[in-house]
Amino acid sequence: MTVGLNHFLALSAVLFSLGIYAVLTRKNAIQVLMGIELILNSANINFIAFAHYGNFGLTGQVISLFVIILAAAEAAIALAIVLNIYKQYSTVNVDEIDGLKE
Amino acid sequence: MENNSIQNILESLNYFTPELALMLTFFVLLLVDLFFRKSKYLLPAISLVGFIVSGYLLVYTPDVKGFLFSTGMTNIGLYVIDPFSFFFKILILLAMIYTILFSLSSKEINEAGGNRGEYYVLLSSFALGMFLLTSTIDLLLMYLSFELVSLSSYILAGFTRNVKRSAEASLKYIIFGAVASGAMLYGISILYGLTGTTNLYLINFYLSNQNIESLPLVIAGLLIIGGIGFKISMAPFHFWTPDVYEGAPITITAVLSVASKAAGFALLIRSLKIMFIDYTATNLQSSAWAILSQFKWNELIAGLAVLTMTLGNLAALWQSNLKRMLAYSSIAHAGYMLTGFVILDNQGIMAILIYFFIYLFMNLGAFFVVMLIADKLGSEEMEDYTGLGYKAPFLGVSLTIFLISLTGIPPTAGFVAKLYLFGALIKAKWIWLAVIGVLNSVISLYYYLKVVKNMFLRESEIEYSHNLGHGNLLITLSLLIPTLLFGIYFKPIIEFAEQSVRIFGF
Repeated sequence: MTVGLNHFLALSAVLFSLGIYAVLTRKNAIQVLMGIELILNSANINFIAFAHYGNFGLTGQVISLFVIILAAAEAAIALAIVLNIYKQYSTVNVDEIDGLKE
Repeated sequence: MENNSIQNILESLNYFTPELALMLTFFVLLLVDLFFRKSKYLLPAISLVGFIVSGYLLVYTPDVKGFLFSTGMTNIGLYVIDPFSFFFKILILLAMIYTILFSLSSKEINEAGGNRGEYYVLLSSFALGMFLLTSTIDLLLMYLSFELVSLSSYILAGFTRNVKRSAEASLKYIIFGAVASGAMLYGISILYGLTGTTNLYLINFYLSNQNIESLPLVIAGLLIIGGIGFKISMAPFHFWTPDVYEGAPITITAVLSVASKAAGFALLIRSLKIMFIDYTATNLQSSAWAILSQFKWNELIAGLAVLTMTLGNLAALWQSNLKRMLAYSSIAHAGYMLTGFVILDNQGIMAILIYFFIYLFMNLGAFFVVMLIADKLGSEEMEDYTGLGYKAPFLGVSLTIFLISLTGIPPTAGFVAKLYLFGALIKAKWIWLAVIGVLNSVISLYYYLKVVKNMFLRESEIEYSHNLGHGNLLITLSLLIPTLLFGIYFKPIIEFAEQSVRIFGF
């Protein structure tokens, strides 16, 4: 069996769904962030697979490089925010951080 | 070929000067912040100068006769400068300048621990990101500038980091925001796979010339609309709005509710209009959504608009915190503006532009007055506003006028905005939508006037006296006068909006 475009698309769809699942169900803020990374990387797989199998040139690869850099920047900011939350609340459980509800 | 594209990029830089001015402001602020930490007025002054220079360059940039930053192979580039982006850039600059002025007298910002320099640095990168969003025609640049705006605003929302609710606001904002932009990126990747390009015009070309399977296209379109819908707090993606608006420092709340929403709307209109409109059709009204004919997109957007304004207005009824109430009211206003997007012809877009221009003054004004009172009282609870109308008459009357304008009662500018919007809806035969919009305005009257009633019709024993400085008085007046004036003399805005509906390529 040869690996084709559909295999990559299925892989990325599964990763995307797992990422959304993690964001919706995990209570620990760090685990939620890991789910977000899965979402971004599923899009990356799509870009590279399409560029490779569709003969679209290098655009797809370039986009995925940009996305990797942005994901790093986003993770840095998110972790700083989570650290600050830990200082204020002594927990990173997103369910317990609910001061802003009526 | 190579030389040609380099030359093209260098030429494009001539038209890119407003954005370059913002970049320069960003770097100068970073450097100055390193050496002159102590000075209180230097950094805001530099950012003000930067924004004004950028505005000057914006006004005096010649009209472009082509795309910017195109490479040799195709003539279609990454960026366009057209009257449409000009309008939104002016709007964004105005909002940014007001935000800097608000920050000067904001107690929250001045007493926040840490380094105030970061605040102004991030505001300038925030402005740059929004500038790019209004003009981009490439999906990659769209995603990058989207993230530039988002990442700056995540930090700004939690800038007063020792305040518990501010920290919580920034956590909620980054989790919702990252998921929304991740989903949008996934949608972009599907669209790229279907068409093999990231340029909006080329995508339109492929979509109209080739038979493309509709299911993946619909999924991609929904994901992209969802991602942008997060920015403008459209209904199913609005959950972050009240929490972030309540927790963030009020200056940031003000700028998020006006500027970043404006950039989101500009992006939504431009990207969907360019990608999905059938150019060849003669009758724009019926063909506006022609390419996506398998799916009734305008009815979907109409449903979301109704949901957005109804949810926003109904939730606002129960709020006791003024900042949170204004957050829900801004969701409702996004709903009104989305109704203009349903039509998507020039009439509808013009109505959105007029609405935004007026919304800028009335919403910033309401937030500014709430900020001034909250700094003095130390509370944004509506109960504490009891009797304020007599103790601080000027602020009380100003807030009343802003709230009446937000409701849309003549003779304020809010009435003109709503008149044009609902008028466009009726002209396009979306009468049920206009009726729901009017009914929603009636609901909103209740919670806006509740504040006014609290201020003027109830007595209280709380001691309160407000000595407004000359600066704050001038800022309030500069927001108050347009709110009243544009209610009576609104010809200039209409003309400005009429000129600005022209999107490049139409």
